[in-house]
Amino acid sequence: MALLEVKDISVYYGVIQALKGISFTVEEGEIVALIGANGAGKTTTMQSIMGLNHPKTGSIYYNGERIDNIPTHKIVKKGMTQVPEGRHVFQELTVYENLIMGAYTVKDKEKIKEDIQEMFKLFPRLEERRNQIAGTLSGGEQQMLAISRALMSHPKLLLLDEPSMGLSPILVDEVFDIIKHIHSEGTTILVVEQNAEKALSIADKAYVLETGNIILSGTGKELKNNDDVKKAYLGG
Amino acid sequence: MSFIVTFLNGLSLGGVYALIALGYTMVYGIAKMLNFAHGDIIMVGGYVLFVFISLTGQPILAIIIAAFLCSLLGISMEKAAYKPLRGASPLAVLITAIGVSYFLQSLAQIIFGAAPKFVIIADLGVITFGELVIPVYSVITLAISILIMIALSLFIKFTKTGRAMIAVSEDKAAAQIMGINVNTIITVTFLIGSFLAAVASVFYLLKAPNISPTFGSKPGIKAFTAAVIGGIGSIPGAMLGGFLLGIVEVFSNSVPAIAPYTDAIEFLILIVILLVRPTGILGKKRREKV
Ligand SMILES: Nc1ncnc2c1ncn2[C@@H]1O[C@H](COP(=O)(O)OP(=O)(O)OP(=O)(O)O)[C@@H](O)[C@H]1O
Ligand SMILES: [Mg+2]
Repeated sequence: MALLEVKDISVYYGVIQALKGISFTVEEGEIVALIGANGAGKTTTMQSIMGLNHPKTGSIYYNGERIDNIPTHKIVKKGMTQVPEGRHVFQELTVYENLIMGAYTVKDKEKIKEDIQEMFKLFPRLEERRNQIAGTLSGGEQQMLAISRALMSHPKLLLLDEPSMGLSPILVDEVFDIIKHIHSEGTTILVVEQNAEKALSIADKAYVLETGNIILSGTGKELKNNDDVKKAYLGG
Repeated sequence: MSFIVTFLNGLSLGGVYALIALGYTMVYGIAKMLNFAHGDIIMVGGYVLFVFISLTGQPILAIIIAAFLCSLLGISMEKAAYKPLRGASPLAVLITAIGVSYFLQSLAQIIFGAAPKFVIIADLGVITFGELVIPVYSVITLAISILIMIALSLFIKFTKTGRAMIAVSEDKAAAQIMGINVNTIITVTFLIGSFLAAVASVFYLLKAPNISPTFGSKPGIKAFTAAVIGGIGSIPGAMLGGFLLGIVEVFSNSVPAIAPYTDAIEFLILIVILLVRPTGILGKKRREKV
């Protein structure tokens, strides 16, 4: 049984159909990449999985359990969370308070403290800025914070929506190293990217989304060598 | 010397405005709506006090019952009238809120009639220091409202639910992916706002012991003005706006030549502040970083 199964979902914004019946699966332990151009429907897919929007048709299963009709906070409790597109850290809270928010579903206060120390080991720059208001962090620091905030809930499945957006090349490498590290610790990953090169090089499996349809799928390697993908997403 | 007493009375009225303004501002920040029926919760609180003081003669008991029933009313109002409109246009929500306001006022009029009722919670008198004659009412109102505001600030800063309130007001979707149940947070917000309105009704009746169905309108409008002056959505803003308006009102009323224009002066301040700072004094512009 797949950890996540998206089955033929269609999503509309008013009369605009953003997803036209897409299906894919994420197996436990995989890194799965979803690539596609602007407006292809990547974020919409992520939000459907998180319960932030609701497919008109189709269904989504997590661990065999249907989740497309339950509220977001319940989905999070099942062991899934998201690093949203554009970070969405809580601007008025400090770095430390943002991490505490990330642990909203964790009851054990001691554990939360330990986890925050873990995050500071993973992202030493956040420790230096622990009492800084998150809105004043640089874009890269906010991305680090958004990732570590998501990890605070110990997700089994982590969704990352364009984690490399707006980052310098060095930081992009750093973020992808971190994604590999998180994966190596046992977290299953679904990552949406415009940086197809990077995403495909870490992905076990990948899907190409184009205007609401999945037009290609395969292993990361296969898609990286696919001529159409090369032309459309890898700059020739 | 009378300046000191006037100032104290201004702070005291300001404290009451601040308590009511907090209800407006918290609901606005978290549920993103203007609850125009908020003032009417004060009115309901007043009638509950009237009924239970008449029945039992126990003001403290009546206050506890009023606080409880107003909180319950706030929660029910949200569940019955506003929750079904989550995601509807702001105009639909606003009109519904006005409808709820008329509903509560009409209900009060049907039950209690249009003529004011007389309620004495306590006769507090004055204390004198040499030439200073200070109404005890003012001191108690100011002290209790400051205590409540400190407690509320600590609650928001240091409790899990309080921080969740900040998170929801700032970014609802991000709050949801933290595992926060937004509906619960909205319920808590209405509960706190309505509780504060009940406290305000006690202070109003301590000052002037008459209650009528439109009793909540004026404090509602004034406190809403205070919330907007301070920056709607901002908790410190509501407190600042409340005190500012209270002081202006009491000083203006203390000068016979300008007393008739008090309301006009207050709204003029609102207009000037909005012209200079459209978000209110402490209202914030969204910082966005991509
Ligand atoms: N809230 C919304 N209301 C109306 N249309 C929307 C909304 N959100 C997305 N859309 C539309 O749905 C389509 C898919 O958008 P989506 O954000 O999922 O794309 P994306 O693949 O994430 O793009 P990007 O790479 O630019 O983030 C787009 O045509 C977009 O305009
Ligand atoms: Mg997107």
